[in-house]
Amino acid sequence: MSETLSRRGVLGAGALVVAFSLGPRALAQEGGAAPKPVAPGLPGSLKTTPMLDAWIRVDADGITVFTGKAELGQGIKTALIQVAAEDLDVAPAAIRLVTADTGRTPNEGITAGSHSMQDSGAAILNAAANVRMLLAEAAAQKLGVAPDALATTGDGGFKAPDGRTVRYADLAAGLSLHVAARADAPHRPLGARRTLGHDLPRVDIPAKLTGGVAYVHDLRLPGMLHARVVRGPSVGTELKALDEAAALAMPGVVKLVRNGRFAAVVAEREWTAVQALQRLQQAGWRRPGPPLPAGDPLASLNGPSQDEVIQDVGAGAAAGVRTVQARYSRPWLMHGAIGPSCAVAHFQDGQLTVWTHTQGVFPLRGAIAQLVKLASDKVRCIHMEGAGCYGHNGADDVAGDAALAAMALPGRPIRLQWMREQEHGWEPLGCTQAAQIRASLDAAGHIASWRFEVWSHSHNGRPVTAGGLLAGLEVDPPFAPQIPRPIPMPEGGGDRNGVAIYAFPQARAVSHFIEKAPLRASALRSLGAHLNVFAIESFMDECAKAAGADPVAFRLAHLTDERAKAVIALCAEQFGWASRRLSDGRRGTGFAFARYKNLASYCAVALEVEVEHETGQVSVRRVVSAIDAGDVVNPDGLKNQIEGGIVQALSWSGLEAVTFDADHRTSFDWSAYPVARFRDVPGSVQVHVLNRPGTPFLGAGEAAQGPAGAALANAVADATGVRLRDLPLSPERVKAAIGI
Amino acid sequence: MIVLNVNGRDHSLDVPPETPLLYVLRNDLQLNGAKFGCGLGQCGACTVQVDGQAAYSCLLPVSAAAGRHVRTVEGLGTVEKPGVLQRAFETEQAAQCGYCIAGMIMRAQALLDANPRPSEAQIRAHMQPNLCRCGTHMRILRAIRRAAGLPPDGKMEAA
Ligand code: FES
Ligand code: FES
Repeated sequence: MSETLSRRGVLGAGALVVAFSLGPRALAQEGGAAPKPVAPGLPGSLKTTPMLDAWIRVDADGITVFTGKAELGQGIKTALIQVAAEDLDVAPAAIRLVTADTGRTPNEGITAGSHSMQDSGAAILNAAANVRMLLAEAAAQKLGVAPDALATTGDGGFKAPDGRTVRYADLAAGLSLHVAARADAPHRPLGARRTLGHDLPRVDIPAKLTGGVAYVHDLRLPGMLHARVVRGPSVGTELKALDEAAALAMPGVVKLVRNGRFAAVVAEREWTAVQALQRLQQAGWRRPGPPLPAGDPLASLNGPSQDEVIQDVGAGAAAGVRTVQARYSRPWLMHGAIGPSCAVAHFQDGQLTVWTHTQGVFPLRGAIAQLVKLASDKVRCIHMEGAGCYGHNGADDVAGDAALAAMALPGRPIRLQWMREQEHGWEPLGCTQAAQIRASLDAAGHIASWRFEVWSHSHNGRPVTAGGLLAGLEVDPPFAPQIPRPIPMPEGGGDRNGVAIYAFPQARAVSHFIEKAPLRASALRSLGAHLNVFAIESFMDECAKAAGADPVAFRLAHLTDERAKAVIALCAEQFGWASRRLSDGRRGTGFAFARYKNLASYCAVALEVEVEHETGQVSVRRVVSAIDAGDVVNPDGLKNQIEGGIVQALSWSGLEAVTFDADHRTSFDWSAYPVARFRDVPGSVQVHVLNRPGTPFLGAGEAAQGPAGAALANAVADATGVRLRDLPLSPERVKAAIGI
Repeated sequence: MIVLNVNGRDHSLDVPPETPLLYVLRNDLQLNGAKFGCGLGQCGACTVQVDGQAAYSCLLPVSAAAGRHVRTVEGLGTVEKPGVLQRAFETEQAAQCGYCIAGMIMRAQALLDANPRPSEAQIRAHMQPNLCRCGTHMRILRAIRRAAGLPPDGKMEAA
């Protein structure tokens, strides 16, 4: 490696580089224990679970579809019902869907990384085609005609040319679906589609608008008790001696469950549990470990790193005539679910059941079984929705907390919810990152060579063992903490989207993984792609400016991927890029593009901002986006995800930073960690979908995070003439940069 | 005994009077609509109407709600017979995780009760206390405009 840009130069003196090659690549998924493929030739999660009856059952009661993925508010239930309904050719309402449950569904690992449609969607689509094929063979035999003479009726039956019909339910009794899927079962023709590709209203929304049972928070079991976990203000702190007697003396307090440093107070009434927690917290707290490196939020990126070359193309000296270089960064960011994490646990007759909003019921089951010292088959984890999580938040930890409390009170279901300050203080965060880019431009204004480096902590702290749960580190004896590992490319962790999608004659990219982090780090929606796309797409604008080129034309000139070009062209056209209002010092426009992970959805974002000089306040007037997610199951559902991703990423990139002092996190609630409110969100957001029926599903849930942040930075630079490279683009920073 | 009127019905409740209304609604009356978000008056997930005004049920002691009219999202309609705002939220598919949505609807209801045709600036200012982390704001705004009989994709007025 002969990087002329040393880390010392990038991140200040004192950096120690420890380079070694990484060991075998264990995890193909974002943390958790991914199941092993047994049928690699099959689509999606059929690779790991090839038997049809694991996915679809047809009986006299109707059709039941099983998925190992979980509804996180992304609309996956509706989309999977549509997929199954399409290839079974039944109405969506005829399908019952069972989601992630270790007792009933396939193990599909974690619901994350925009993988659900690629994994479960592809599996269910193909399983449905297989089941329809088998049903057709059975129907043909029964009616004495050839299978291809039969047509589906659209309501759960087949029709013969002579008009005779037979129902799936009647065929199912004599048909075993305990057979492996085939990769070549025919799909229904694209032109005959009835549900796939249509705007089916989300099945979960009506209950959410009317106070129905929609979340694990709403689960009320007979005899249920309420609990709160008792902790210091944030990760790395602990309470001093608890006044156990005072808490137990409060009327309605049932028990203080203690094991080592773990404590949870259990009460008949929820408010009593809250009051008892507050009483116990009067003990005061301390930080037993070394102080946090308060001050420069990037300082921890100077720690020893594991380095990997993630791109190395082209050779020879670059033919550049001009060099551009810049460094970009983001601070620590919070998931900040609106509902603090919650779980219900019930230990009875040697069996522990946990209702949880985890993203991975199977890995969580393993971690909890270890924590409570039960065999895995004595623990069942059932997914129920929580508030939107956007990655690894407190969901798993609170399930561990509730499980420990339930083990101490056999026979009584325990509902344990975190307080707001506990979610802010203890959830794993999206880590700080920095990226440096240097490019040389040739005489024609094209990029001749490209050097990219990124520094990041872990994006993968999901529990696999009890040591991945907060409670596992608190019990006596404690479990060993999980050692963070980088997530390998091509998906990547801190280096996700660290390889630019553009075609450069010569390009090299290096990823630096810094294991030791001052704060608790794990997966936040889009992982490193948020910072990397922000950096690459800001830098493309800086290069375009140096080359005197239009930012959109400059991107197109460096792309060979036709789908990428089509998305950029659609976005530019819908935005009116060619006739956009030119910067006048206050108003400006910005454009950005990425293909998520370079293998999922293509997403472009254009937006217009207005900067108030007196305050540095940036208002986003309008946003236009274009997305190619392959075969689109539910166009409105896709738009909803992209709109939400844009608004969320504008909040991250414009406002947010987790703060901490030497002792603890100081972002302890919404007043100390402001996020976008109604006055901050754009005037309008439009999403244009480029549908490609019949092509593979491309994950889209995280596709907008990078492009939205980068488009904002580019628009601010266009409006003010000043380039800001450190997120967030807060009013204070903007005002300081304009220098008024 | 506290007599609490919720959605037009009186309930006699034997609960500690300082208990925040939210816990009584959720646990004693088994109403799921109002949600615990922060318990601090910072997010609006717990929003209900008290005598027509939007209120944080996480902060209001149940004793202070006695003798007043409490309205929750359950009081606006049902899946079969949704209220005007609920129908508008359904039409606009204005939810992702939806955890914030019952609070959003109740705050919007308080606005429309007092001002059936609010301006865009009035809508945004009124909704300011309620947080949505999924970024569903644009659809929530569309749904409120729709319920008010305004064009759903109304433009933000010049500041
Ligand atoms: S829960 Fe009441 S304002 Fe947040
Ligand atoms: S829809 Fe998830 S918090 Fe608003």
